This record gives sequence, structure tokens and C-alpha cells, in this order.
Amino acid sequence: MLPMQEVFLAIGMTIACTILLSLYRAVLGPGVFNRAAAVNVIGTKVVVLLVIVGYIFERPMFVDIAIAYAALNFIGTLLMSKYLERGEVCSP
Amino acid sequence: MNRKDFLSVVVTFLIMYVFWLLLSACIGSHHGIDYIRVVGGLICAGIVTAFSHKHRLLFTGKEEKVLTKAYRFIFYVPWLLWQIILANFDVAYRVLHPKMPINPRIIEFDTTLRGDISRTTLANSITLTPGTITIEVKGSRFWVHAIADKAAEALLVDKTMQMKVAYVFMEF
Amino acid sequence: MIETVVDVLTTAFLIFGAFFMVTGAIGLLRFPDFYTRLHATGKCDTLGEVAILFGCMIYSAYHGMPFVVFKLLCIILFFFIANPTGTHAIMKAAYKTGVKPWRVGEERR
Repeated sequence: MLPMQEVFLAIGMTIACTILLSLYRAVLGPGVFNRAAAVNVIGTKVVVLLVIVGYIFERPMFVDIAIAYAALNFIGTLLMSKYLERGEVCSP
Repeated sequence: MNRKDFLSVVVTFLIMYVFWLLLSACIGSHHGIDYIRVVGGLICAGIVTAFSHKHRLLFTGKEEKVLTKAYRFIFYVPWLLWQIILANFDVAYRVLHPKMPINPRIIEFDTTLRGDISRTTLANSITLTPGTITIEVKGSRFWVHAIADKAAEALLVDKTMQMKVAYVFMEF
Repeated sequence: MIETVVDVLTTAFLIFGAFFMVTGAIGLLRFPDFYTRLHATGKCDTLGEVAILFGCMIYSAYHGMPFVVFKLLCIILFFFIANPTGTHAIMKAAYKTGVKPWRVGEERR
């Protein structure tokens, strides 16, 4: 009979610390590609953090928000890489 | 609208509607069936089907023996998961070692796979197993960035993954 | 008794996933070049996230929330396809624009 509330809280704090570590690369990374990769990584970790916060507060609503944010992050990364490669987004 | 168009519209609409019902959980809730969600689901599934039934996924009429390929694909996934876990331990070892033994290079090779789905599966599997990332695919030529010698050797010389994908999609 | 087994399994998966996520973030800081940093995060992040979400699935499957299990399964399947594709897209953009890869013996970038 483990104290699951404390376990979820500890894992959530660990993920928040890793988000802070990735922010260092997002601010500092020389050039735009390092920053784009770091933003993608932060988006991935935020999805996990949303699900764990949903378990801490015992509300199943947060999983829906996590699905929506995962889709948004994917589309944002693809769009940014397409713009950086070609210089324009929609090619006729 | 011939018969195949009609069938694809109906199948797309049914899949979208069932997915909506499962996501919105309006059947299992204890307050009875929520009619707003049921009717809203019909409208939303209808709009999505109207936009996207032309890009068919299921009845494209191009592939054959779909059931055999799906059956073999289900057996391919656990092998892939085991390779992912094994090689992720290798990447964790390289990250946490104080001397960081890496030796990155870019490799080019040709494959014998022909279809679109099999090349996409191979590129995705190469990016998922640690040690290699697919940079570009042009025709049947792959450019791959490898981080160490062992991973590059396993991809070029052994060709285990390419044989497995060729077995799944029945292209020898 | 089964509740203890489910709790222990969930904690094991959560710790396994959190270890790989921390490794991914450390790799983002330590590696000397853009391409190698993407190696570290694009793979360790995917496995760590799948492990954490699988642990949460086991926990809520025991406590009787079937719709949450289905939604977490949707996130996991989406993630196996979306994360490698995003990594590949941004690496292809960098290669086409002319970022040079790093060889052994050069300085950090």
C-alpha cells in the first residue's frame, strides 16, 4: 500500500526540473535550430506533466487537454521546420 | 458517385463517430445519454467526413492481401519495442559516461523496398532505434546520421531491420 | 493484495520513464553538436514518455476508469508516430540549410 499521491508529486517535480534544464538550451543555443529542437522537447515534456497533474488532482479532464496539446506541438514543429527549409510555408 | 466512393464515405463517417463517442464518454456517464453530445457528434463527424473522404486510407484499391500484412505487422511491433529498449540503454550509457564515447558520421545506402508504406515504416523504425536518424529519403536512397560505429554497422552490414520490414510487407 | 502489486508496478514504470527523461535533458546539454543533441532527445524522450503513460494506464485500469485508459492509449499511439517524424523534419531542414556535422576532435558548437 504505497502513498501514490506522494509518488506522483515526486515524478511531477522531476519532470518540471527537466523542463528547466531544456530551457537553458532554448535560451542559449547558438542559432535557430537548437532553439527549435528545445521547444519541441519542452512541448513533449509538458504533455507528460499535464497527465501527471491530472492524477494529482484526481480530475480526468486533464487528459483531454494533453491530447490537444500533443497535436498542437506536432503541427507547430512541422510547420517551423518547413519554413526554415524553404523560406515559405505554402508552395503553389 | 460509384460504389467505392459511397463505401469509403460511410466507413469514414462510422469510424469518426465511434471515435467521438469513445472520447467524449457520453455513454458510460451516470446521468443518462447526453443528447447534446450525440447530436454534436453527428455534426462534427459529418463535417470531417466531408473534408477528408477523398484521401482514402482503407479502400484505395492499390494494395492486396491486406489481412496478411496486418497480421505480420502485429508481430513486428514487439520486436521493435525490444530493440528500442535495448538500444536506449546504450544511448543512456553514452550520455552519462564522463568521457562521452561518440563518433558521428553520415551514411548513404540503397534499399530494395519498393512501396511507400514499407519505406515509411523503415524510415520510422530507423529513427526510433537509437543510434541512427533518417535525414532524407530520395527514391530508394537513404541518408542516415549515425552516432557510433556499432549502430552504423548493424544497419549497413547486417541488414536485419530491412529483412524484417521486407518480410512484413511481402516484398522480397 | 492486488492493490499493492498494481501500486508497485505503476511506481516501477514511472521511475523508469522519469530516468530516461532526465537522461534526455542531460544529453541536450552535454553533447557538442546539433545533430547529436537531437539523437539524445528524440529517442530517450519517446521511450520515457511511453513508459510513464503506460504506468498511468495500469493505475487507472485497476481503479476502474475505462475511458481514461482509451485516451492514454491514443496519446501513446500518436506519440510513436509523431515524435520521430518531428525529429526527422527538423534534422532535414538543418541539413538542407547547411549546418555542418561535427567530427571527433573539433571544438563544441
